Amino acid sequence: MAAHPKLAVWKFASCDGCQLSLLNCEQELLAVADAVEIAYFPEATSAEVEGPYDLSLVEGSITTAHDAQRIQHVREVSKNLITIGACATSGGIQALRNFADVEEFTSVVYAHPDYISTLDRSTPIAAHVTVDFQLRGCPIDRGQLLEVVAAYVQGRQPRIPTYSVCVECKRRGTVCVAVAHGTPCLGPVTQAGCGALCPSFHRGCYGCFGPQDSPNTQSLAARLIADGMSDLDVQRFFRTFNAGSEAFRAESQRHDPGPDEGDAV
Amino acid sequence: MTRRTMKVGMLARVEGEGGMHVEVRDGRVEQVRLNIFEPPRFFEALLRGRDHSEAPDITARICGICPVAYQMSACLAMEDTFGIEVPEPIRLMRRLLYCGEWIESHALHVFFLHAPDFLGFDGGIEMAREHRGVVEAALRIKHAGNQLMSVVGGRSVHPVNVKVGGFHRMPTMVELTGIRPELVAARHDLLDLVPLLAGFDFPDLEQPHMYFSLGAEHGYPLESGSLVTSAGLHAPVSSFGEHVVEEHVEHSNALHARFDGANYVVGPLARYSLHSGSLSSLAAEVARAAGLGPTCRNPFRSILVRTVELVYALDEAVRIIDEWDGGPASVPVDVRAGVGHGATEAPRGLLYHRYRIDDDGSILDAWIVPPTSQNQPSVEEDLRLFVQDRLDLPQEELTLQCETAIRNYDPCISCATHFLDLTVHHR
Repeated sequence: MAAHPKLAVWKFASCDGCQLSLLNCEQELLAVADAVEIAYFPEATSAEVEGPYDLSLVEGSITTAHDAQRIQHVREVSKNLITIGACATSGGIQALRNFADVEEFTSVVYAHPDYISTLDRSTPIAAHVTVDFQLRGCPIDRGQLLEVVAAYVQGRQPRIPTYSVCVECKRRGTVCVAVAHGTPCLGPVTQAGCGALCPSFHRGCYGCFGPQDSPNTQSLAARLIADGMSDLDVQRFFRTFNAGSEAFRAESQRHDPGPDEGDAV
Repeated sequence: MTRRTMKVGMLARVEGEGGMHVEVRDGRVEQVRLNIFEPPRFFEALLRGRDHSEAPDITARICGICPVAYQMSACLAMEDTFGIEVPEPIRLMRRLLYCGEWIESHALHVFFLHAPDFLGFDGGIEMAREHRGVVEAALRIKHAGNQLMSVVGGRSVHPVNVKVGGFHRMPTMVELTGIRPELVAARHDLLDLVPLLAGFDFPDLEQPHMYFSLGAEHGYPLESGSLVTSAGLHAPVSSFGEHVVEEHVEHSNALHARFDGANYVVGPLARYSLHSGSLSSLAAEVARAAGLGPTCRNPFRSILVRTVELVYALDEAVRIIDEWDGGPASVPVDVRAGVGHGATEAPRGLLYHRYRIDDDGSILDAWIVPPTSQNQPSVEEDLRLFVQDRLDLPQEELTLQCETAIRNYDPCISCATHFLDLTVHHR
């Protein structure tokens, strides 16, 4: 890689929060700008340096035919392509459409559904092009982002753990909210990275970082139901920001509520 | 017949993806369009059938720049549905968290997205090459806002601590006093930067629009309040839908919101012009020093108004911490069927949520009106007025000034998209 690798930041369907995480590296931002050439980052600068780029950070999911073409172009001009965040990595909250009828969705929000050009599914970047590394989180963690950028600048693999949030809780010394208080928690099946934030605020993990490397979702779901959750609640629990990830999608589909439970009681 | 077109395919330094199209024929501005090609994500549709308790975290994902605004408006709407009024300490802690978001968002816009226009740089990082000290100070101010959000909310993007009824856990006194020195230092940094901002060359433009914000029942409007306009209206939040109508205008692809039939503006200019008397004494002093009167109708000066609001948010955060006396983290939530309304002041302006809730607590339907879709007709109107008087400017300069005029509003296209009636413009 060149002395000043060229960095590009691309956006697809998303909330901007993950690329904001780069600007949120306040204490490191200028050092990053000294180490890499920020060649394309429209949210931060009007300047635009032509590709190819050594490192592309891609935020957002693919939800339109136009974006499905645009990501091919991004791949062509990128030596390394890293997805940042739950949208780019699993389809994001907008992947809830994958379980519904997108035409009906469109008619609920827009007065002229015929103006709307959208695909019936929200898909992760890796469903369209080869991805070199996927950084999880809704949003991503700043420290992990810096580690990934540093790793690619130095030509090594990023050191990002794939174990569960439980490990981070133990390391922090946080009392287990599930065991001690019976609070529903996705920590056992969710990948670490946030620093086990929610339990430190007396709240159960809600799965921002998606499934850990060997998630036993069935066992966790059985425990949640034994603790009093309904199938509908379990389905909702697995079906949020990483609803499109394989493990969470499959578990959510095991808990399709019956017609009685799905309806208002 | 002469035709002239100013086009920006991709607006830089705005949140989300949009473009601009201005068409001039025979010396008259014929068409002004903000094109939105940010893909829709259908939040109002996917909220149906979700539990009421999930709305704050789900709607936060509409915008990574102002997630707290979504969380707060959602909580207020749910609490309104269930007849809950949270106790004072919870309201104050929400206000403190919201101060963090204002600090972070305003610092980003003032110094990284907007100031480069006035100083002639492509962006904040480029600006750092000649103004390293300024950018470093701006980063410290922004950091203080993010740290405050992390202390109260757990993290700055999509905080985890907010719930309907209050918080999962109140921050401890040690955590709160720990952040205080950084807030005070940020306030010093900011005061040093005011002369630079006040010295910018602001183009003349007088906005004719009506201003709309929350009332100042609890100080400068932020986390609560009724509806107030510059036309003299005072009304409860529940009347929002009686005044604001989104209509489809033929020449535009967006739904244009109008208030009792009039164009209107939400955000810093509206809040300041309606409530400059509610600012802290330091913020009011900064406003005077920056050359602002009691109202401000020039959108280019919005960078100064944001700076004044930044001073206020830092002041207010320190005040809340200093007066903090603790309190319960949350109140119990008893679910019942009904309709609820919630409105708070996002950094970019009034953000309204309305939900209809079933008796099991699940969401039957949702209506969310973010600030950028409310401002869009006025942005286009400003551009029309602005360009008409400057047709003699060279193309490149006029295009750049038009971009600046759009950035005056700090438009958040990610927010607006999910609610605008749009065509996806393929570039």
